[in-house]
Amino acid sequence: MAAADTLFRRITDYANRADPYPLYAELREHGVARQDDGSYLVGTYHEIAELFHDPRVSSDRRNRTVPDDSGEAPGIPVAFIGRDDPEHERLRNMAMRPFGPPHAAERVDSMHGEIAQIAGELIDGLRGRDRIDLVEDFAYPLPVTVICRLLGVPREDEPRFHVWAEAVIAGFDPTPDSDPAERQRTAMQARSAMGEYLGELAESRRGKQSEDMLAAFVNDPGPSGGFTRPELMATSVLLLIAGHETTVNLITNSVLTLLRHPEALELLRDKPELMPRAVEEVLRYEPPVQLLPQRTALTDIEIAGVTIPKGAPLILVLASGNRDPRRFQEPDRFDPTRPDNQHLGFGSGVHSCFGAPLARLEGQIALTALIHRLDGPRLLQDPPEYRRSPVLRGPRHLPLAISGVRD
Amino acid sequence: MSDDLKSGRIVIVGASLAGLRAAETLRDEGFVGQLTMVGEERLPPYDRPPLSKQVLLGRVRAEETRLPRRREVDAQWKLGVRATGVDPIDQCVVLANGEELPFDRLLIATGTRARPWPKAEEAALEGVFTLRTAEDAAALAERLDAGPRRVLVIGAGFTGSEIASACRERGLAVTVAERGPAPLIGALGGAFGAFAAKLQLAHGVDLRCGVTVTALNGRDGRLTGAEFSDGSRIEADIAVVALGAVRNTEWLADSGLAAGPRGLACDAGCRAFNMYGIVTDNVFVAGDVARFPHPLFEYQLLSLEHWGNAVAQAEVAAHNMVNPGPQRRPHLSVPAFWSSQFGLNIKSVGVPTFSDHVVIAQGSVEERRLVAVYGYRGRITAAVSVNRAKWLEHYQRLIETAAPFPPEWDGVEPPVSRTPVPSDVPDPKVLSHGPTVALTGHLPDRRLTLKHWGG
Ligand SMILES: Cc1cc2nc3c(=O)[nH]c(=O)nc-3n(C[C@H](O)[C@H](O)[C@H](O)COP(=O)(O)OP(=O)(O)OC[C@H]3O[C@@H](n4cnc5c(N)ncnc54)[C@H](O)[C@@H]3O)c2cc1C
Repeated sequence: MAAADTLFRRITDYANRADPYPLYAELREHGVARQDDGSYLVGTYHEIAELFHDPRVSSDRRNRTVPDDSGEAPGIPVAFIGRDDPEHERLRNMAMRPFGPPHAAERVDSMHGEIAQIAGELIDGLRGRDRIDLVEDFAYPLPVTVICRLLGVPREDEPRFHVWAEAVIAGFDPTPDSDPAERQRTAMQARSAMGEYLGELAESRRGKQSEDMLAAFVNDPGPSGGFTRPELMATSVLLLIAGHETTVNLITNSVLTLLRHPEALELLRDKPELMPRAVEEVLRYEPPVQLLPQRTALTDIEIAGVTIPKGAPLILVLASGNRDPRRFQEPDRFDPTRPDNQHLGFGSGVHSCFGAPLARLEGQIALTALIHRLDGPRLLQDPPEYRRSPVLRGPRHLPLAISGVRD
Repeated sequence: MSDDLKSGRIVIVGASLAGLRAAETLRDEGFVGQLTMVGEERLPPYDRPPLSKQVLLGRVRAEETRLPRRREVDAQWKLGVRATGVDPIDQCVVLANGEELPFDRLLIATGTRARPWPKAEEAALEGVFTLRTAEDAAALAERLDAGPRRVLVIGAGFTGSEIASACRERGLAVTVAERGPAPLIGALGGAFGAFAAKLQLAHGVDLRCGVTVTALNGRDGRLTGAEFSDGSRIEADIAVVALGAVRNTEWLADSGLAAGPRGLACDAGCRAFNMYGIVTDNVFVAGDVARFPHPLFEYQLLSLEHWGNAVAQAEVAAHNMVNPGPQRRPHLSVPAFWSSQFGLNIKSVGVPTFSDHVVIAQGSVEERRLVAVYGYRGRITAAVSVNRAKWLEHYQRLIETAAPFPPEWDGVEPPVSRTPVPSDVPDPKVLSHGPTVALTGHLPDRRLTLKHWGG
């Protein structure tokens, strides 16, 4: 068996993208595993959950012993995902104002009809085809259309921001063996460009009647005074990327998993009321965000008998915690009826996923529509070709054969 | 043996949070016998925490706080009828209508009621309220809708403070009277109480501490105002008496069980003690009415008025009612409760009154977001957060592992000072509100309390 201190290299190795789960099992055997670069990998459920609620753990990379300013780009600060409270809370609350409770409690639910309509139209567009790519034809355009409408970004600009989004994501790809410096430069430029673009869009809405979030950011700043221009740029970039690069994996992973488990698919056809639980089970079984490479120990932290030194990078492998047999019975079994499914798919603690309610709703609507309207879907390639990132893991393409589209 | 436990007759007295969750757990655990639920209130089980929050604000109607059902319980419901006694020899529960319900096992979950205003004549004035039931909340909310000129809240514990907060949010004038030196000190100690006092003042509450209400005045049967022990008086057309809770144990007077004003004592497995201190094996207890030993707090018997405790204890009691000895579980969960008032979310884990000192571990009073950590003799026994509830799991673990106090590490949002101050846990006798956590052994901070109260 290879040494535990190379586990992270093996996990990020593209060759293991299709099935990282045996590596996660190995990680759990080791508890907390120090890596040869001085970072610490944590893959057991209870320890991850503990660290999520541990105030000695920072999300701000400036607290690392080896300073890490990846993500810093000229003119655009790090978004709240990479900051600690109280800064994180201030920014997150402002971003939440037009998106969720207490000020916009109905916002996500009110999109139900719109999302269902978008999903329906995308499926209508598949008529007459016997082969589709689930990613290109459905799982990508659905969340992109939704996040564009929500934020107020013109859908036709997608080719532009898609390139930026890909570059930004490649920037936090922690795969050690490629050329990280070059990738990060490109990522920084992309973030700046995307920030400028979104900042100008928001500015153009100032004083105008508009329902979207960018308009709300400039027109309804709330009691704390609202975002500065750079803060607005950083936040909008985060929301646009997170809103369209994660849900695509949720939908694709769901379809892949269901086609690999025909009995579960059958069950969901018979009992559509199980859909919310099925989506939770996908979030456990094949989470779109596999790991969080962002955390840092603010002080020496002892956990599971290992002392993580102050300033050391901490990598929380959510997808491994989700398969921890000390937390979940038969963790490697996909079970859409699983009770007590408190998975780590959306993280936990103060940084728990901002967009979770929207992702859940999109996932449920998308799967319901696909299950009821695609006739005889079959996988044409298993495992499919994966996207590069070990963090936001999901198939790049999911070719399916279908025998038809129902009304 | 274990098959027997899954059948037979179980009676649950008290059809509220603890009673319902116990019933559901019994069925989950495979109990197939006869289940009877007895409840004095006519309403099916509902949730109380919203009664002093959303309901008083007019956001939710009192009738809409029904508790969500986790599953079918297939029980015979006897609602609107009071149990008046337990016959330990014949093993039956006696109801007010004369009916007798024989049982093989009994769960007592009769909770608490609001402590009434001691002078019956004054209590009967129109405009004088207590707040424990949905009916109370509906009547009070209706009166608040009508726009009273001033509301008097007697007692600044959690319920009293939440009522005052709701009134201020509605823009109503409020006077709060508290016999102790500050709000919330019965649960959180004097150091925290000072913060709570500032908070109320900042929100425009006419807060009067160190005084008692000596009389409620009325004319033509309606409340007109109140007089205080310092000689002052106010006009008010509503008074809410928030003097804490009384345990519903009187009906057990002849049961031979260890029931009294502090609750019904039980072992860690929720089995009730009889009056001789011998544990019974067929009478169980859960929720606000229970008084149980906790190893983290020197095995003192705890009486809690916490939603989370009622649920956890009900689940353990139900499990133990239908499982044989070796499979039985202890009820060891760390006490926890929350409150929302004056725009803040306050959450507590552990037992803050089991402390001698307190220190702010994160955040600050000025920013109104903080975690205060309580210690007793050098170990952490509680933590209270203000708008920082998501860190509390960490502190709960510190409590469970008896981590050293004061905590010495720096975390996110480091505090300005790390010097602990006395937690100033008062003798409950000086409070006008009852404590929501009662340690029914000695009070660790008594000596310090006396010392610090002069200033
Ligand atoms: C206004 C208010 C706000 C609260 N807010 C919070 C909060 O924010 N956080 C928190 O943690 N906790 C809060 N609580 C406390 C929480 O509601 C209680 O801990 C919980 O209700 C306890 O449940 P229980 O089932 O043990 O008792 P109870 O809810 O008191 O139920 C006991 C039931 O038994 C019935 N009964 C009594 N005697 C008899 C008899 N002899 N025969 C038949 N039936 C009988 C009663 O009528 C009652 O319905 C609040 C309570 C109130 C009143």
